[in-house]
Amino acid sequence: MRCTISILVENRPGELARIVGILSARGQNIDSLCAAAALDPKISRVTLTTDGHIRAIEQIIKQLDKQIRVLEVVNMNQLAHIERELALINVFAPPGSARQKVLQLASAFRAEIVDSSAEGLILEARGDGEKLAEFIRLLEPFGIRDMVRTGAIAIANLIAASNLSGANQTAERRQVEGI
Amino acid sequence: MLAIAKEVQLEAPRWRGARILCEALFREGVDTIFGYPGGAVLHIYDELFKMGDRIKHILVRHEQGAVHMAEGYAKATGKVGVVLVTSGPGATNSITGIANAFMDSTPLVVITGQVPRKMIGSDAFQEVDTVGLTRPCTKYNYLVKDVRELAEVVKEAFYIAKTGRPGPVVIDIPKDVTAEAAEFSYPERVSLPGYRPNTFGDWDQVRRAVEKMCRARRPVLYVGGGVIHSNGGEELLELAERLNLPVTPTLMGLGCFPSGHRLCLGMLGMHGTYWANMAISEADLIIAIGVRFDDRVTGALDKFAPQAEVIHVDIDQSSIDKNVRAHVPILGDAKAVMRQMLDLLPEEACSSSASRLAPWWEQINEWKRYAPLSYKQSAEVIMPQHLCQELYRLTGGDAIIATDVGQHQMWLAQYYQFKRPRQLITSGGLGAMGFGFPAALGAQIAFPDRQVIAFVGDGGFQMTAQELATAVQYQTNLKIIIMNNNYLGMVRQWQELFYERRYSAVNMEWLPDFVKLAESYGATGLRATRPDQLERVLERGLNAPGVVVMDIIVAEEENVYPMVAPGAGLKEMVLG
Repeated sequence: MRCTISILVENRPGELARIVGILSARGQNIDSLCAAAALDPKISRVTLTTDGHIRAIEQIIKQLDKQIRVLEVVNMNQLAHIERELALINVFAPPGSARQKVLQLASAFRAEIVDSSAEGLILEARGDGEKLAEFIRLLEPFGIRDMVRTGAIAIANLIAASNLSGANQTAERRQVEGI
Repeated sequence: MLAIAKEVQLEAPRWRGARILCEALFREGVDTIFGYPGGAVLHIYDELFKMGDRIKHILVRHEQGAVHMAEGYAKATGKVGVVLVTSGPGATNSITGIANAFMDSTPLVVITGQVPRKMIGSDAFQEVDTVGLTRPCTKYNYLVKDVRELAEVVKEAFYIAKTGRPGPVVIDIPKDVTAEAAEFSYPERVSLPGYRPNTFGDWDQVRRAVEKMCRARRPVLYVGGGVIHSNGGEELLELAERLNLPVTPTLMGLGCFPSGHRLCLGMLGMHGTYWANMAISEADLIIAIGVRFDDRVTGALDKFAPQAEVIHVDIDQSSIDKNVRAHVPILGDAKAVMRQMLDLLPEEACSSSASRLAPWWEQINEWKRYAPLSYKQSAEVIMPQHLCQELYRLTGGDAIIATDVGQHQMWLAQYYQFKRPRQLITSGGLGAMGFGFPAALGAQIAFPDRQVIAFVGDGGFQMTAQELATAVQYQTNLKIIIMNNNYLGMVRQWQELFYERRYSAVNMEWLPDFVKLAESYGATGLRATRPDQLERVLERGLNAPGVVVMDIIVAEEENVYPMVAPGAGLKEMVLG
C-alpha cells in the first residue's frame, strides 16, 4: 500500500536522520522525501512516501509519533488531501516534428519551458503523482536525458483541514508559545 | 570588605562547561557516576575532582562495565543511572550497555566526551559520530554545540530518561564546550511540546476492560516490566486478589507479583512453566499490563491464544497492536490505569469471582499437577536447578540478584521465588552476556548494606570479569556465584535439540581457575565440585566479608525445560 506521511518536527540537526532511521531500521524504503520549514521556521515539515503492508505502516507512524521532537504525524491517505510534486525534465527535442510534439505535450500538461537549446528542452512540470507519471511516460519516447523530481508534498484539503480542528496550527502555536 | 563582597553572588555565576555539567548533575540528585576518563573528558574529570564527595565516581575497568553498572544501579533503585566516558572508543565501548538499556527501558544518562567542535567531521583522534551511532538505540540524544544550552540539555535529558517509557539518553559534549564559560542558571522547567507521556487511560476504555474482566470465564493477568517501572505492585495485588485472577509475570516482571502467592502461575514463555503457558493459551481474556508480547513470550504468533480477547495496558503506543491485536487498548501508566480499574470494579463481580472462576482454577491446578518443574537430582554432581533452590533457601528469598544471560538465567527465573520488584536484575530484551556481574556491582553500590549477588555463567562472567578490580577497590561486599558447566549452555542446548548434537564452538575448553582469578584481584575464591560441598561453600561464601567468588561446578549437559522450540506455538512445549 502506497502511503504519504506528513510529519511536523522541531527544526533541529539530527531530527531528519532520526525520522529516516525509523524507516530504514525496519527495512522500509523511502520512495520520496521532502523537508522544509513549516509556517514557524523553528518547525520543519517532512513529507515522505513509502510502500508497505498496512500493519507495517501503522507501526512506523506510531514509532514516528513517539519521537521526542516530533510534534505531529499524519497518514495523508486517511484524509482528503491535495498532493503535488515538481519535476525538471531534460528532454531531447531536435527541431522539427519532435520539438513540435514535445511542445504540444508540454502545453497540454501545462508544463513550462525553463531552458532550451538547439536540440533539447528543459521542462518544469507540476502536478499530482499520477499526472506527472503520465507526462513522463509520454515524454520517454523522445528521450529523457535527465530528470529530477522533488517528491510529493501534501496538504489536507479545506474540508478535511477544518475537521482536523487545526491540529497543525495548534502544534505550531504550542511550540511558539513554549508550552 | 572585599572578601565578603566576593561571596555574595548577585548575578548568575560564570563557570566553564565542565563545572556547569557537574553542578547540573548534582541538582538532578545524582550521587554516583560510573565512568572511565580520557582526553575528551579531562576538564569534566577535573571538575568532578573538585566536587569532592558531593558526587561519588566509580572508576571501572571497561566502559561496557560502567554502563552495565549504571543499569544495575538504575534497575535496583528506580533512579536514573549516570555514566561518564570519553570520546571515540569510550563511546563505542558503551554501545552494548546503551542498547541493553534501550531494550529493557532502563533510565540512563550517558555523557560522552567528543572532540572539539572545529574538529568534528575531520576524522580527528578518538572521534566517532556518537550521536549517529547511538541514534537507533537511545530514547533521545544530544550533541551540545553551545555551552549556554548545556544546563537545559541536562535537565531535559533526565526528564526524558525517567518519564513515560524510560530509556537511555546520550549527551555528547565536545571538549572545547567543556572549557568555555557561561552563566549558570538551572532551568525550572523543560519545554518538550512533542513529548506528552500519558498517565491516565481513557475512562471509556477502562470501563470496557473492567466489564470484560468481570465476565470472563478463563482470564489471565499477563504482567511485566511496565508494572515495575510504574511501581504498580500494590495495585496489581489488589486487582488480582479482588477478582481471583491467575497472574503470570514475564522475565522482566518477576517480583512485581509475589511469586509464592496462590494466584501466581510463575513465568510464561519459551522457558515458562507448563501451567502458565497452558493458561494463557486457553484463556478467553488476556489482561496485559506493562508488557509488549515479546517473541520469547508468545511463541508463534499465528498460534498464540486463539480464543482470547486482549486488554492491553501500555504507556508506549507503539507496543499496542504491534505483535498481537488489542481488543481493548488502553494507553497509560500501569499503576494509574490499575487504580482506575479498581475504582470501577463492581462489588458483585469480586464476590462472585471465586465461584465463577472455580472451574478455570481447577483446570490450571490440573495442568500444574501434570507437569510441575522437575529435574533429576544427583548425588555425584551438582544440578544447576538444585543450586538455584539452595540459593533461594539460604538467602531467604530476599537477595537482590543480577543474572547474566543463558541457562542459569532461566533456571534462576524458574526456581528463585522473587517476592518483590527490583530484586531480579537481568538483561531481557537484548540478552547481553557480560551484563550480570557489573550490574550486580551497580546494585551493591546503590545498596551497600543489602545482600546482592551476581549469578552468572562461566561464559558471561569472562566478558566483564575485570570489574573484580572495581568491586574490590570500592570495598564492596558483592558475592559472585558462577554456575560453571564448562559450556555456553544455552547454545549447546539448542545444538543438542536442533542441530543433532553438533557442538560447534560451545565448549569452554580453556577456563581460568576462577578461584585463583578472584584471589589475584584481592577477592576471596571458593569452589564446590560435589553436592555434599554445596551448602557449606554457599554459606561460607555468602557470609564472608568483602568480594567473594564462588565457582560452582555443575552438570555439564542439563537442559532448561519446559522449552518452546523456535517457530512452535506456546502449547507445544518440550517437557524433558
